[in-house]
Amino acid sequence: MKAHLLSPTRDLDFSAELETVVPNHEALIADLELTTLLATMAAGDRFLYDVCTRVLLTSVTDPDEITYRQRVLTDCVQQAEIVGELYQLAVDTLADKRKLWGYGYHSQFPGSILSGAVTQLEALVVRLKQLRAFAHEHSDRFGSDGFQTLFATIQSELDDEYLQTVEAHLKKLRFANGHLLSAQLGRDLSGVRYVLRYGDLKPRWRELLSVGARDHYSFTIPQRDEAGAQALGELSDRGINLVANAAARSADHITSYFQMLRAELAFYLGCVNLRTRLLQRDTPVSLPVPTAARPLRLACTDLRDPALALRTDGDVVGNDVDADDTPLVIITGANSGGKSTFLRSVGCAQLMMQCGMFVAAERYEASVADGLFTHFLRDEDETMERGRLDEELTRMSYFADQLRPDSTILFNESFAATNEREGSEIARQIVRALLEADVRVLFVTHLYDFASSFTADGDGGPERPSGVLFLRAERGEGGRRPYKLVAAEPLPTSFGVDVYERRLGGSFAGPLLNRSRD
Amino acid sequence: MRSSVEPGEADGREHDRRSDAHEHRPTAPDAPAFVSLLAERVADDADAGEPLDPGCAFDLRLDQVVEAIVRGHEESDYLRTLLYRPVAELDAIRYRQEVFSDLEDERLLAGAAKFAEQMREVREHLSAIEKMHHPLQRQGWFLDAAAIYCHALRSLAETLDAAPVRSRAMTAFRAFLSGYLASEQFTTLEADTSARKQRLGQIVYDVRIRGSHVDVSRYDDEPDYSVEVEALFERFAQGEVRDYRRGYRGEPGFNHVTAQILELVARLFPEPFAELAAYCEVHRQFLDETVRRFERELDFYLSYLAFAAPLRSTGLRLCLPEVSDSKQVNAVDTFDLALANKLVGEGKPVVVNDFHLSGPERIIVVSGPNQGGKTTFARTFGQLHHLAALGCPVPGSSASLFLCDRIYTHFEREEDLGDLRGKLESDLVRIDQLLRVATARSIVILNEIFTSTTIDDARFLGEKVMAKLIELDLLGVFVTFIDELASAGEQVVSMLSKVVPEDPAQRTFKVQRAPADGLAYALAVAAKHNVTYERLQARLTRGSTR
Repeated sequence: MKAHLLSPTRDLDFSAELETVVPNHEALIADLELTTLLATMAAGDRFLYDVCTRVLLTSVTDPDEITYRQRVLTDCVQQAEIVGELYQLAVDTLADKRKLWGYGYHSQFPGSILSGAVTQLEALVVRLKQLRAFAHEHSDRFGSDGFQTLFATIQSELDDEYLQTVEAHLKKLRFANGHLLSAQLGRDLSGVRYVLRYGDLKPRWRELLSVGARDHYSFTIPQRDEAGAQALGELSDRGINLVANAAARSADHITSYFQMLRAELAFYLGCVNLRTRLLQRDTPVSLPVPTAARPLRLACTDLRDPALALRTDGDVVGNDVDADDTPLVIITGANSGGKSTFLRSVGCAQLMMQCGMFVAAERYEASVADGLFTHFLRDEDETMERGRLDEELTRMSYFADQLRPDSTILFNESFAATNEREGSEIARQIVRALLEADVRVLFVTHLYDFASSFTADGDGGPERPSGVLFLRAERGEGGRRPYKLVAAEPLPTSFGVDVYERRLGGSFAGPLLNRSRD
Repeated sequence: MRSSVEPGEADGREHDRRSDAHEHRPTAPDAPAFVSLLAERVADDADAGEPLDPGCAFDLRLDQVVEAIVRGHEESDYLRTLLYRPVAELDAIRYRQEVFSDLEDERLLAGAAKFAEQMREVREHLSAIEKMHHPLQRQGWFLDAAAIYCHALRSLAETLDAAPVRSRAMTAFRAFLSGYLASEQFTTLEADTSARKQRLGQIVYDVRIRGSHVDVSRYDDEPDYSVEVEALFERFAQGEVRDYRRGYRGEPGFNHVTAQILELVARLFPEPFAELAAYCEVHRQFLDETVRRFERELDFYLSYLAFAAPLRSTGLRLCLPEVSDSKQVNAVDTFDLALANKLVGEGKPVVVNDFHLSGPERIIVVSGPNQGGKTTFARTFGQLHHLAALGCPVPGSSASLFLCDRIYTHFEREEDLGDLRGKLESDLVRIDQLLRVATARSIVILNEIFTSTTIDDARFLGEKVMAKLIELDLLGVFVTFIDELASAGEQVVSMLSKVVPEDPAQRTFKVQRAPADGLAYALAVAAKHNVTYERLQARLTRGSTR
């Protein structure tokens, strides 16, 4: 019995370390500024935060699975209140477990484990009955495959007959009549392989009549023999070891069903929270259109960086881009011209799409990426230039072990920690190798030498890739930035001058100005 | 010689029955009888050379290597003695190399290791019985020990028959073993053991526990209730949950309650228990002395290979060297075994080096920056020659080494630094002694000597020592900061510890004859991280569909 609200076929593995599922998760969170997004989804709930982090970062690559989630999400948006009640039922069930914590469930002794597990199971059976009643009442309000299957499974698996059988066994498991065990002889001839048997404890008729060969001998431990009583208790415990394990594991399985239900619903509740907040800030919200990894697609209208939209009060400018069939997008142009914002908005939208969520755009249509990677300039690392290049290349090498065909990697001002000629050469070699390995590259850069080598008259190396899109951050009128990118080839200068002027208002212009023009 | 180690004669009382069996053992006419896995002619190591000097073992870190090899092994003293004692003859070295060569076969090595493990278990069983009181318990353990023993020998014989055995030692042992396994004594033991195990293994009984009352009866096909309970909740099974089974250490074993139960079981099933008692009487002594000796000597090989295995699994190579009287030595991809053992344990990479001496070349002078692997290189040279003289595989993908009479080392000792004048004196005294006893067949390894005096003095003394080394025509490594020594003559080869020219602080631990060439800094760094075009191209897998 599964919840299956995130996938028609598999469970999301919440127990695996995020580190192993998405080794670059820390870089993604930091570079794409995902904490703002996740905090909004969580609305102060730590559990929601953790679940949303995991689901957002564990991208799905099957477009059908993405639309499966999109339909469940649509149900959640429309029936937010009822979904909230179902979530609460799961939360309450898990609270029962904590209340019953003291019932020896966590003891080392099978006898205590068994009685604790039976107590747990009795409480869980009550909740299962409630769950079935809930499904019965609300199932017709939900249209998605995910919810339909969930409610149908609950009604068929938890029928009356089954629940009665369970209750009957829970009585038997109290073992009012003592234990019957079978055993075999071990290497030192003492008993091994104790197995709990179910059988009557009545004496046999032959013995009552004292006829035939003896097939039965017995003894009784004297009252004073404490060691004997203890040894006997251990034998009983060994006998019920497996049944105690089965009962305790069953209690855990049912509990984990409720945990899974709670976690999967938590993700959708987080999405509903985020959607409400984005709409409050007049940010467009739409369900994206995912397509297979090939042909490459990336087309959007009014694409926003959701983190920026949530953080700033002013108007956030969106971008319109058509980058279908382009394995390489190079973004150049003015400082503070919205290059990094655009790169982050694409990264965020791709993650949001591939977790089944809406995106912050009027329209977003893209092929799925088999792994998203970010290689951003790190502010915190203000060591010597040489050390910084070393660090950047270390990160690049680390990604090289994880990148696969159809991955997407976003570079932001990478390999600029050396002079332009050398930095460009490094960047060129890396990008060429990535493109040949079918990795999609979006590269924000100041390295004109590097960027221009991919233009029509540049030399991107022996195999100049087809399908390069150049985007440029434009210098607005009077130095005011429109934060809007246009399709245009790189220019040999950057726009540090007017950023400088805006920030420092022209004072100390002499020396600093000269330096920033260099 | 041969007759003195014929199995069965060592202890007449214990081996009477078996000696009878041996008389009829078929032996291939050409195959010499098995004597020892370590040497062809004698069972003990009388032919062996002098043990390695402890100071030398310390300088070369061979003490660490030896300790790492013997750690956890039952007879560590015995192994330690073997590992410090080189064999003086080329043929004796080859005798052992042949065994190592046989053990390169993975199935044979696994089979031999399994055999050693099982024999250890047999001996542990037999010594455990000494401490047991209940006769039924003793009988059970004894039967089990014999079962393991029979099984161990059978599977060893199968392994030996299937493996490409070529060594003199293994071939002789294989012949011995096939005779022993065919002997009546062994076949009877094996048949009896298996029959007893089978009868007792078939017994299944019931224990009913209700309060303090215990009832023992024959098992009557009652259903397994755990299975029923598991099936009941199967529909909820998802993912992994905690295992609540209590991890009972071993079985309940013996106490007065289980003993009472067992006695009742023996009354329910009287026949198999009577047969067991008779069996124990008949087979009281079943362990063969030759088998025992083989197992003990086998551990020399197994312990060395077990030590080498983790190193090999990281891609490092060990090989059987060609050992000869030629001073034209060489080794490829070699490394310091003690350092490699430490680094591999820490998950760090190991740098390998090559060396070769040809024509008149005898002495390698190693100079260059500190912390660059000079001392490591010097140790490697010494270790290789000691290990080769044991008949063991040595670090490297190939090696030709010299059969030396002795290895002499003089390494800078930290504890001596207090008194500089005293140190120079003691340096001189030790070098003088060393040069007096060294012969043309010796290997001398000097590491940073004369550091306690002025550069002029050091150069003067160093040149004197070098002249003497050249005169002796011995093989040696001389680690020194005195550059001039590197050009003392055609007998001397200069090697440098290499650095990355752009980043002199970085240690490569590479020691080479030729200096390194420079690369442009940025691309060199990119190459260091394996992210140049060529390296990335090799690392990234291209999409197969396009």
